[in-house]
Amino acid sequence: MKIVDDAPSGLSALDRPNSYIGRAVPRPNLARLTQGRGQYVSDVVLPRMAHVAFARSPHAHARIVKIDTAAAKKSPGVIAVVTGAELAKVITPWVGVLSHLKGIKSAPQNAIAVDTACWQGEAVCAVVARTRAEAEDAVELVQIDYQELPPVTDPETALDAGTPVIHAALGDNLTFERKLDVGEVDKALAAADAVVETTFVFGRHTGVTNEPRAVVADWNPGDQRLTVYHGTQAPHMTQNLFAKHLGLEEHQVRVLTKDVGGSFGIKVHIYADEMATVALSKLLKRPVKFVADRIESFVTDIHARDHRVKAKIAVTKDGTITAFEIDDLTGIGPYSVYPRTSGIEANQIVNLVGGPYTCPNYRGHARVVFQNKNVMCQYRAVGHPIATAVTEGLVELAAAKIGMDPLEIRRRNLFADNAYPAQSAAGLKFEALSHHASLDKLVTMMNYDALRAEQKALRERGVHRGIGFASFIEVTNPSAAFYGVGGARITSQDGATVKLDAQGAIIVHSGVTEQGQGADAVIAQCVASAFGVAIDKVRVITGDTDNTPYGGGTWASRAAGIGGEAAWQAGKALRQNVLAVAGSILQAKPEDLDIRNGVVVDKGTVTERLDLAELARIAYFRPDTLPPGFQPELMATRHYVPRGWPFAFTNGIQASYLEVDTDTGFVTLLKHWCVEDCGTIINPQLVDEQVRGGVVQGIGAALFEHCRYDERGQMLNGNMADYLVPMACEMPDIEVGHMVSPTADSELGAKGAGEAGTAGAPGSVMNAINDALRPLGAIPLCEMPFTPDRILHALMPGFRNS
Amino acid sequence: MSERMVEIALTVNGEPVSERVDARKTLVDFLREDLSLTGSHVGCEHGVCGACTVRVDGLVVRGCLMLVAQCDGARVETIEGVSDAGEIADLQAAFTQRNALQCGFCTPGMLLTAQELLLRGGAPSREVIREHLSGNYCRCTGYHAIVDAVESVAKARAGDGQ
Amino acid sequence: MKPAPFAYAKARSLEETVALLGEHGDGAKLLAGGQSLIATLNMRLSAPSLLIDINGLRDLAGISQRDGMVQIGALTRHAEVERSEVAAKHAPLIAQAMPHIGHPAIRNRGTFGGSVAFADPAAELPACVLALGGELDITGAKGKRSVKADAFFKGLFETALGPQDVLTAIRVPAATAHSRFGFAELARRHGDYALVGLAASARADGKGLADVRLAYFGVDSTALRARKAEAALAAGSLDKAVEALDGDLDPPDDLQGSSKLKKHLAGVLLRRVAAQLSEARS
Repeated sequence: MKIVDDAPSGLSALDRPNSYIGRAVPRPNLARLTQGRGQYVSDVVLPRMAHVAFARSPHAHARIVKIDTAAAKKSPGVIAVVTGAELAKVITPWVGVLSHLKGIKSAPQNAIAVDTACWQGEAVCAVVARTRAEAEDAVELVQIDYQELPPVTDPETALDAGTPVIHAALGDNLTFERKLDVGEVDKALAAADAVVETTFVFGRHTGVTNEPRAVVADWNPGDQRLTVYHGTQAPHMTQNLFAKHLGLEEHQVRVLTKDVGGSFGIKVHIYADEMATVALSKLLKRPVKFVADRIESFVTDIHARDHRVKAKIAVTKDGTITAFEIDDLTGIGPYSVYPRTSGIEANQIVNLVGGPYTCPNYRGHARVVFQNKNVMCQYRAVGHPIATAVTEGLVELAAAKIGMDPLEIRRRNLFADNAYPAQSAAGLKFEALSHHASLDKLVTMMNYDALRAEQKALRERGVHRGIGFASFIEVTNPSAAFYGVGGARITSQDGATVKLDAQGAIIVHSGVTEQGQGADAVIAQCVASAFGVAIDKVRVITGDTDNTPYGGGTWASRAAGIGGEAAWQAGKALRQNVLAVAGSILQAKPEDLDIRNGVVVDKGTVTERLDLAELARIAYFRPDTLPPGFQPELMATRHYVPRGWPFAFTNGIQASYLEVDTDTGFVTLLKHWCVEDCGTIINPQLVDEQVRGGVVQGIGAALFEHCRYDERGQMLNGNMADYLVPMACEMPDIEVGHMVSPTADSELGAKGAGEAGTAGAPGSVMNAINDALRPLGAIPLCEMPFTPDRILHALMPGFRNS
Repeated sequence: MSERMVEIALTVNGEPVSERVDARKTLVDFLREDLSLTGSHVGCEHGVCGACTVRVDGLVVRGCLMLVAQCDGARVETIEGVSDAGEIADLQAAFTQRNALQCGFCTPGMLLTAQELLLRGGAPSREVIREHLSGNYCRCTGYHAIVDAVESVAKARAGDGQ
Repeated sequence: MKPAPFAYAKARSLEETVALLGEHGDGAKLLAGGQSLIATLNMRLSAPSLLIDINGLRDLAGISQRDGMVQIGALTRHAEVERSEVAAKHAPLIAQAMPHIGHPAIRNRGTFGGSVAFADPAAELPACVLALGGELDITGAKGKRSVKADAFFKGLFETALGPQDVLTAIRVPAATAHSRFGFAELARRHGDYALVGLAASARADGKGLADVRLAYFGVDSTALRARKAEAALAAGSLDKAVEALDGDLDPPDDLQGSSKLKKHLAGVLLRRVAAQLSEARS
């Protein structure tokens, strides 16, 4: 495997004119978005459309004794008031389990709670009215008698004998347990020169997509078809689930995504209130719209990353890491989320800890337990931020303990750049990574020596700055290993159909979807490059199950690597078809021709022979002039699925430079760097921007974001004033650099890049804070978010208690 | 004189609008639902995210924290009107060039807020730009490209002697 | 969420406003800037039956200086105060606080009087008014009256304003050559309500300070003066003033921070503000 620095060397097709691979081409959707002419599902209006609002449980755990809807039904504008029991006649419940997570269990979940409400915020009754305001007025009139039940809100005691079991039929509150034991961990721990043992705690937090979840469901009894405008990342997946639970065939369901105001994994799951909306449309035979408002978003959008990880690292005095050990406990909601399950995050953490390093001894144990809190599931970088923070936190603590520079210890333990193919202790298969080259590049980018000198000089003046690193690996381009093998109808392949239109432009239909990362642009770049036209002649259509190939949508950083490869292959195939037509028109051999900039040319002399518009005119309107028997074919479809590797692993390294005000505990972020190796880069600007956005989300987790619950299972800060998302003033400039290790599993060699920023940011910020405070004798900080309270406590033990 | 329904007359993007509105309807909901001007977005309804930012009588405001009833006699401008008038063409171009938007949901609010800063003239520092945009939530970009775009336009406008 | 239904009336005069308040009692609320009110209505935390829009009472807006006092009409928008040369020159403490209030869009609508009347315990302006020893002008059913700042802020969101009262103006002493001011606020993000804040004023008296007024915000149910610390600072000892805060402040634990944290930060802010107070005005 050849690692190329920044500018990818040409695969033959990449050097062609109209090659947009590796170029920062502006996205075609930006004009409408900057003009305020985007079309988000929350903008969709249909004739006779009604709005739904939900009465939601104020209790974390309660039996629903009685629901009196009489007053609500008489409220102005109300069309229907529907309870969970009534809706259960229209839509079946679901269970969020998959067979490849051995032993995972969960209880059936209904679209609207029946009998018992299991988290504060769970929908208990639906009101459908002419306007959202009128629906909310009527919700206040629904009289619900609850019998409160003791809530389960502490993961540490969820499995104790005395703790109530949320779902009696399951026997206990254990969702899933995973154990891994590789090599000889105990022996390594005993023989080590230094062992660091600590507990990392990660605060539960959530995505806060700018556009809340939105769905407009339109059941047409005349056509017996359901059309759903759904701001989802995976329209074919939701198409299947709507059909399955409403008793329809998939071909009776059409899902359209439109523009999506941010997703980050929040919108790749199925939500009870969205299923309820779809069922209500079928029941009421008219369009029904649901847009979660921000307050209900906080208690219904999936939460993530609520983990307590006890961790150990063993090192010898020459800096060799000889063992990693973790014990992870995570408290999810009362149900494992459907269809991807809430066991994946913990499972990933067990898989990923220690991943960048050659250490052969590793023990991982994870338990996922039910809680009477909002549900939890996959959110950007799933598990990686935690695994990376744990690993990189241990590595820097170990370095400090043996008095070694944090980069030096990494140099001694990261997989060598020529070690591939290789496998981690946990069994992760690596095709080609560039840990060392990335580290070297980072050191140069940040001028590491100068920063250390600056840090030293400022310390003498009582100013405490820190530098922290995080090496990471990141899962992208998932094969069926992620979900398919577990029985989920979540596809890992993808497809693209390309067509030459009657004027010589190219129309592409792709199975991946766009939520702002630039999937539409990347697909266009692949097709334009493979086929041979200017990019402004390419139109991309995504997000419509009626009009795209069966595809997986966009998640786990798959759009460029998988969707892009399908588009690339389709572009090449269409070029062959068009050259066949050109050959028949020009009486030339197709293999002697090429397409450049929308014109058929002689391959050798590059003489222009035939304009594509003219070729299209002849093929569509004057086929009578073509040689006898010749059938022009101006469309092509190709699919692609990764076959060589379960995942296309990427790698990178991040650094955070910050200052801690030791009087106040406030942290000022001065700068952030990330070197990212995502293989062939199709659009460097889009990749860099994905990294930057991901970094800031990770910073949010490290410093600001925390869904706070009290012991009664009440979320205390479910609004934008009390839940702190990163805003512009507190964020640093973020510099991004690249290494390029393409994957051989596809012709393009592109891996994914959407989640890397989030994977490494929290760990690097944590390490930087600890680097700043270590000389002051501070207790190492391992509990996120790093609030002023926690930082002052680290500096002044007993601060909180005295 | 106190009514649940209120008669109002205002201009929106230069067009006169006369309506009888529910007193409780916010300005942004009126624009989106009654006038189908969906370029202004609803992100939180408590004034924190800035996605609903519009201009009233020349000043940026939160569309979710004003009642449309309060806008009787007002001159309201939304992103659609400001964009069609060409007023922020350089800013839109800079955002496009630098990919200072991803999902686009915060973008109308971000553009109108940035324009208010730019209209003051001069070449604000990155710190001043960040401070001015500190009330506009973006989850996608991490803000760096947005600051780049606004900074570049400020410099260009100042350079042209505007 | 959408607000619960209410009626709306646009007030044409102060007298009409007072009359409407009397008619509707607790069911009526004044709508000025609306930046706090409409947010609470949107969340259905409050459901008045009538909103009285006083934005048309333009006589209540404007900032001027006269007879040694700076008068700020209750309806003056924050943005106007922020840009005001009168404020910059004659009420520099207020000018220093303005950029911390929310964000530009909030400041374009929010009003000075609204902030003072709403009296959020973590808001800047009530503390500034307290620190300056200002006076609040009120018109009610029984006519006009003025209340000193020290007597105005009574409890959580509770002020001397009764159900039929309208705050019309805020008057603070104009700065003199001997005036000293200090302002510091700690907030997790720029524009947020303060975690802890301190607005302070004093009079230079030889080498020391007299008339020290230390008004903390974010530490209690209202802005409040740390009187023991004031006395210690006036007596010349910053360290004793910081110690004295322990007796002055008893912050509750809240979502923003623990009581211990707030007390500690209050001490840190006192040191920073004391340094500002000791600088002569340029």
